[in-house]
Amino acid sequence: MEDDFIPVRLSVNGVPHRLFVEPRRTLLDMLREDLELTGTNAGCEHGSCGACTVLLDGQSVRACLLLAVQANGHEVMTVEGLARHGRMHPLQEAFWEKQALQCGFCTPGMLMTAYELLQQNPDPGEEEIRSALSGNLCRCTGYQHIVEAIRLAAQRLREEAEAATPSETTA
Amino acid sequence: MTTTVSERAWIGKDLKRREDPALLMGTVTYINDFKVAGMLHAAVLRSPYAHARIRAIDTSAARALPGVQAVLTGKEAAEVIGPVPAFCAEPVVEHAIAVEKVRYAGEAVVAVAAESRAIAEDALDLVEIDWEPLPAVTDVLSAMQPGAPLVHENLGTNVVYDHVFTFGDVDGDFAQADHVIRRRLRWPRATAAPLEPNGAVCAYDPARGTMEIWSNTNMLNSASWVMSSMLKIPPHKLNFYPMYTGGSFGSKHFLAKVIGIAGALSKVTGHPVKFMEDRLDNLMANDSQGPERIYDAELAVTNDGKFLSLRLQTIDDYGAYFIFAITGNTNMMAQITGPYTIRSVATGIKAVLTNKNQQTVFRGAGSDVGNWVLERLVDAAAEQLGIDRVEIRRRNFIQPDQFPYKIPTGNVYDSGNYPGVLDLALAHFDLDAWRQEQARARQEGRYLGIGLATAQQRSTYSSTEFWFHNPAPATGLNSTPESVRISVGPTGGVTVTMFSPFWGNSPETVVAQVVAEELGIDPRDVNVTYDSTAHALPSAGPGGSRMTVMLAGAVHGAAARLKEKIFKIAAHMLEASVSDLELVGGQVRVKGVPSSSVSLADIGMRAYWFKLDLPPELESGLEGTFTYDHPYTTKPHEDRKDLGVFYPIMGHAAHLVAVEVDIETGAVLFKKYVAVHDVGTVLNPRSLQGQIRGGIAQGIGLALLEEVRYGADGQNLTSTFVDYLLPSASDVPSIEVYHQETPSPFTAYGVKGGGEGGRMVAPPAVTSAIEDALRPFGISIAEMPITPEKIVRWVKEAQSRRSGQTH
Repeated sequence: MEDDFIPVRLSVNGVPHRLFVEPRRTLLDMLREDLELTGTNAGCEHGSCGACTVLLDGQSVRACLLLAVQANGHEVMTVEGLARHGRMHPLQEAFWEKQALQCGFCTPGMLMTAYELLQQNPDPGEEEIRSALSGNLCRCTGYQHIVEAIRLAAQRLREEAEAATPSETTA
Repeated sequence: MTTTVSERAWIGKDLKRREDPALLMGTVTYINDFKVAGMLHAAVLRSPYAHARIRAIDTSAARALPGVQAVLTGKEAAEVIGPVPAFCAEPVVEHAIAVEKVRYAGEAVVAVAAESRAIAEDALDLVEIDWEPLPAVTDVLSAMQPGAPLVHENLGTNVVYDHVFTFGDVDGDFAQADHVIRRRLRWPRATAAPLEPNGAVCAYDPARGTMEIWSNTNMLNSASWVMSSMLKIPPHKLNFYPMYTGGSFGSKHFLAKVIGIAGALSKVTGHPVKFMEDRLDNLMANDSQGPERIYDAELAVTNDGKFLSLRLQTIDDYGAYFIFAITGNTNMMAQITGPYTIRSVATGIKAVLTNKNQQTVFRGAGSDVGNWVLERLVDAAAEQLGIDRVEIRRRNFIQPDQFPYKIPTGNVYDSGNYPGVLDLALAHFDLDAWRQEQARARQEGRYLGIGLATAQQRSTYSSTEFWFHNPAPATGLNSTPESVRISVGPTGGVTVTMFSPFWGNSPETVVAQVVAEELGIDPRDVNVTYDSTAHALPSAGPGGSRMTVMLAGAVHGAAARLKEKIFKIAAHMLEASVSDLELVGGQVRVKGVPSSSVSLADIGMRAYWFKLDLPPELESGLEGTFTYDHPYTTKPHEDRKDLGVFYPIMGHAAHLVAVEVDIETGAVLFKKYVAVHDVGTVLNPRSLQGQIRGGIAQGIGLALLEEVRYGADGQNLTSTFVDYLLPSASDVPSIEVYHQETPSPFTAYGVKGGGEGGRMVAPPAVTSAIEDALRPFGISIAEMPITPEKIVRWVKEAQSRRSGQTH
């Protein structure tokens, strides 16, 4: 059984990979162990805490509940894919400013859930944010600072988008 | 050199944490991210029984599995490691892997080291165990009965500790009382459940006889010599490395079992071995469950609402082992009379062993329980005497001019202004408006409740709390130091080195802020590092809300030593006298002559590379180290009628809460939550508010959701996050936080610890609010968590009592 390694091709944070995995290997273990992307954390490994949330073709998934082979042919985005050239994403900047983290262990999952939310809804209200976060547990912050950070990031991203739009029309 | 408040450049500034960018970008190394060459992975087989004898274990098939390098039963492990270090005087022995019998469901029975975690887990499936199941005791009252199954036969009883402490004339005060308020109260077993479980990588070097240990234990320096007896390696041959820790809340103090398992496997394989708990491991066996107490509590009160005396008797379910003895109960004696002028106390403690995972420490460390019990009694006194809940508290507060104030147990409160905190909370809450709203809602058949708690948050423990419950002449440790090293390099760069790890707080931000204050530089220019125990100065590590107080004191002291040398070199360079110099903005200059100055870089270069140009009595290099001892602690008296000063840095908080309770569904909806905390001088408002809000969220979790539950057969019914409910973003409201600052006279800058206060004050405030909402039904709340099922049941029972009366 353990000799049956299966090829998986996927892209992680825009980088193409080809590797061979055991059928039982989770996406989480593949990211952490095989690709050494340890930003995504294992909190419960039964799909409850959301610490291992990553995006699969833009949709949030629990990397602990998905098998690596199920990611074959898909695009995965992890917390390591948020910053560009060492500069933090506006969500990360807002989390820092509002101190939306303490121990940081749930934070990568929170960021990926928030990223998906803002892709779908650029101007979420407090209740919408809390509802979107309901599958991500945080034991440190009490969530309020996370909610505030996501609102701040949403506002900045909207302003950025608005600033970009007129320059495109004039060009 | 002491600066006044107005002169402070960085203390009190609202700063972003310097720890955060790496955490946000996912680049920190938690223990689970750590690997070394040749490392094997461990997995642990856990007992399916709460209480059973191990007749035989067959590990041959597991050993034969390709990729498996070692399989250890408890007996085999005991050949290479000793028992888990314990702080109790009683002979309660725990092994990292159970020997002969198991005492709770989930106790480790076999450990495997293999090339991967998956192979190690495969091997566990191949282990055969011949069990002799024994009757389990999970109910504390049954466990106390004669003839109950014994958790530890050598004790001859499950009541492992039983003593009544009396401070002052309790009987006399009760005789004088006009009223005695009596309640039986139950505090539920909860658990810290940080999102990161416990883990360790141990690397034994047989050639040198040394072991390197990477783990998320919080008490590195304590751990090194305490763990030595278990690992059977001299302390100076152990080197513990600090790691970033994904939350602890008291649950990662020692991690002896995790280190013992990885250490034993490393010793037998000669490879580095990682053992990382998964969530099941952590919820079943992490040795950090909270208190589970039944209280018979009495408060002696006069007709005008004055509290005279407090009498408590508790039965506390400690679970299967007793590693920290009754620490949770001794901790509570630091503030047992709360913010009130209660003049005598009796507190009886029966510690009982059962077939559950053991209790150790969870944020609040037992003082959280004391706050809840006392505030329950105060609310009950207000109701029974017909005195307003705010007014009865005011009548009993220790007044601002009474500090330092010695409470009956002997502990001293350093400073405080309790009426001031309450006034500030009332000003922000608008109590009158909420009372009107409550009256209006009741007419509409809705149940609004207003909750109030005014309670203590002790900080900065002294280690005497670990042993003063033992009769004299037994004595124990009485040091709890913390140290830092500040180095100025040859180009003037400043580095601070700490010897305690990051565990979710902000130690790097704190030390950078304080060193910036002392050297007149920008905290962003300060480099902060951690060092392993091989290079460490004395350090007790995080716990008991001590790190901000202790690090501030250590940096203050180290900066003073560093500045002494800086000034000597600068005086030599400027041909001036030291007394004429000042340090401003990273420059040493002659007072009143700004043009005559040298920079830290000039001084650093001189200190490292120009020995012949230094004052001849100075050696090369430029650093200051300082070990800051507990600022104010004394020994307990021989007769234990006075426990000494052991937790004097005393914070205080008032929480005012408005909730609406849906009596059909039992749902509790928060309408407003105001928290005012006084933890002395606020170092960094942003990080303090984070600690307070996060603590309140845990307190709300405890009040409404959280409970570690065991079946009658001893099975843990809450071993996943589906069953052990942590509060989610939908359960915790936005919380208004305000500060009052009453500096401590005993600490550097007047800071007090604020890490536990939110969790220590929220449970009584939330309980009080729900009880107030249900007042029309005459429901008195005596237990937590206050789940929807319980609310619905209590209301139905009250309604049927009423209809029974009317028909």
